[in-house]
Amino acid sequence: MIKDYLKVGISNLFHRKLRSWLTMIGIFIGIAAVVGLISLGQGMKEAIGNVFLNIGSDKIIVQAKSGLQFAGPPGSSSASNLTTHDIDVIRRVKGVEEVGARLIKPVKLEFNNEVKFYFAASMPDDEEGRRLITEVNRYETEAGRLLKKNDKLKTFIGNNVANKGVFKKKKIELGNTLKINEVEFEVVGILKKTGNPQQDRIVIVPEDTLREVLKINKKKVDVIAVKVQKGVDVNNVANDIEKAMRRDRDLELGKEDFEIQTPQQILATLDNILTIVQIVLVGIAAISLLVGGIGIANTMYTAVIERTKEIGIMKSVGAQNKDILLIFIIESGLLGLVGGAIGIALGIGLSKLVEFAAFKFLGTSLIKAFFPWYLIAGALLFSFLVGTISGLLPAKQASSLKPVDALRYE
Amino acid sequence: MKRSIIKLENVWKTYKMGDVEVNALQGLNLNINEGEFVAIMGPSGSGKSTAVNMIGCLDVPTKGKITLEQHDISKLSESELAQIRGRKIGFIFQQFNLIPTMTALENVMLPMIFQGLNEEKRTERAIKLLELVELGDRINHKPTELSGGQQQRVAIARALANNPEVVIADEPTGNLDSKTGTNVLDFLQKLHKKENKTIVMVTHDANLSRVAERIEFLKDGIIVKSLDNER
Repeated sequence: MIKDYLKVGISNLFHRKLRSWLTMIGIFIGIAAVVGLISLGQGMKEAIGNVFLNIGSDKIIVQAKSGLQFAGPPGSSSASNLTTHDIDVIRRVKGVEEVGARLIKPVKLEFNNEVKFYFAASMPDDEEGRRLITEVNRYETEAGRLLKKNDKLKTFIGNNVANKGVFKKKKIELGNTLKINEVEFEVVGILKKTGNPQQDRIVIVPEDTLREVLKINKKKVDVIAVKVQKGVDVNNVANDIEKAMRRDRDLELGKEDFEIQTPQQILATLDNILTIVQIVLVGIAAISLLVGGIGIANTMYTAVIERTKEIGIMKSVGAQNKDILLIFIIESGLLGLVGGAIGIALGIGLSKLVEFAAFKFLGTSLIKAFFPWYLIAGALLFSFLVGTISGLLPAKQASSLKPVDALRYE
Repeated sequence: MKRSIIKLENVWKTYKMGDVEVNALQGLNLNINEGEFVAIMGPSGSGKSTAVNMIGCLDVPTKGKITLEQHDISKLSESELAQIRGRKIGFIFQQFNLIPTMTALENVMLPMIFQGLNEEKRTERAIKLLELVELGDRINHKPTELSGGQQQRVAIARALANNPEVVIADEPTGNLDSKTGTNVLDFLQKLHKKENKTIVMVTHDANLSRVAERIEFLKDGIIVKSLDNER
């Protein structure tokens, strides 16, 4: 029976093709927006989660307190008050295995007569520090090598720096000379592409050399990375480091001028922000769905009036109220469902486009479209429900028409 | 004695038109036996259509009793009436009342959908009925592609879809020229004689009413004269 009503519904929708399309536009714009936004939001969360997973869950980052956290690489956003003395304090905390510090500074880069301003980061000169920083940042070369002991005017660079992401005119090759604040460095390594724009655009040089070139005090550092011992709770160690540094600096609780973060904390904060942004955006998109639903209701009311006589005929040949109700609800449900299916396809296309554009023009692979099955199934179900609910009242009106009156209607 | 199939006893129907109450039927008494061909005649406004709507279970009386095969149907709900209409009654209207978006075949199949027949059986029966009304070569035509007489024959086929006991024809030739009208009337007679269907026909044409076995004259909502046709 339902199958027969479905046929009747489809044929009716085909019969007023233009109106069906116009009605569905309302639904598919809404669904496309919702699907696109959720997919991009989820994708972004996934990608960010992966970045932090790469750092490793046994690491702690210490840096000066700053208002704007993610504007630049960690440690770059404010004048740092960390010193090599802090490294010694941290090293004494129980559970700490390795400590490495680095500088991250804005510099003037020059290559092939192009001048750009980006960040340079330092590589520690001691073996332990180098190993830790390499591990935390997952440095892997695509060509050449990382820095080693006794390197002075050498540098390895992020993938975008080498491949026209920074210098648009010419690629940088191994052995080329790159000027950092007017000092010539030899490029000895090029990193693999990571998708993280900060890391893909960075220039890394030996710590002592960077201090000399930028005339930085021997004791200052921007960010300290800590690796905890195996089997130790990273959050406990983070707390102990905070206490030790507070005592050392003679600061009250809550008045710290430094910040200690574990990857999980950073991830949780980011996740929260993204979720809020997502809720707001999806909420706005949902309003368009509501409008789409009203569109369906409107179309169905028109259809009821137009087909009053037809309803009378169907009733005269034995259609009960529930049959008429079902026929109209199926019709409006179909409007929602088909609109939703098109909307999903559109949403997928849209977010793929955004993903592509973000990669192409912003150089980031953090924006990734992500389509879990439940998003697609949920969107389909939801659009069907919007259609059905919108059709409920018009269908009710149609089914309660009296057969004699409906037959007399011209 | 023949079995009564539909019996109207003291049936009243009152319509409210603004503040004025209009009595379309004023205590109508009418009995129709199984296998009869009855014509109902009368001037416009005499209550013919209202009466035929009552007989066809399309409407319920304001007052009075209607029995269909010994069951009182005057107090049934719309859905119960719809079921009775679907199974026991076939309608033929003056304006044909085919659904314009459906083909002849689909129109004839429609009453069977509501009785839950499967598609195979529906198609088979609908084709047979369309062949019966000599439209076997027109089954996939839409109503707009058919002449008036052909449309009315599709309507006859549709009226027979669920093999009803009573066929109600409300001015079946009113929109047709005399030649096609006669043709349609021939089909009704064939139904009556060969299939032994009970037929109730409303008309204002005295020539048409001659094919009926009995003619009931209606005026101001009551029967004023009853006439048995000589055979």
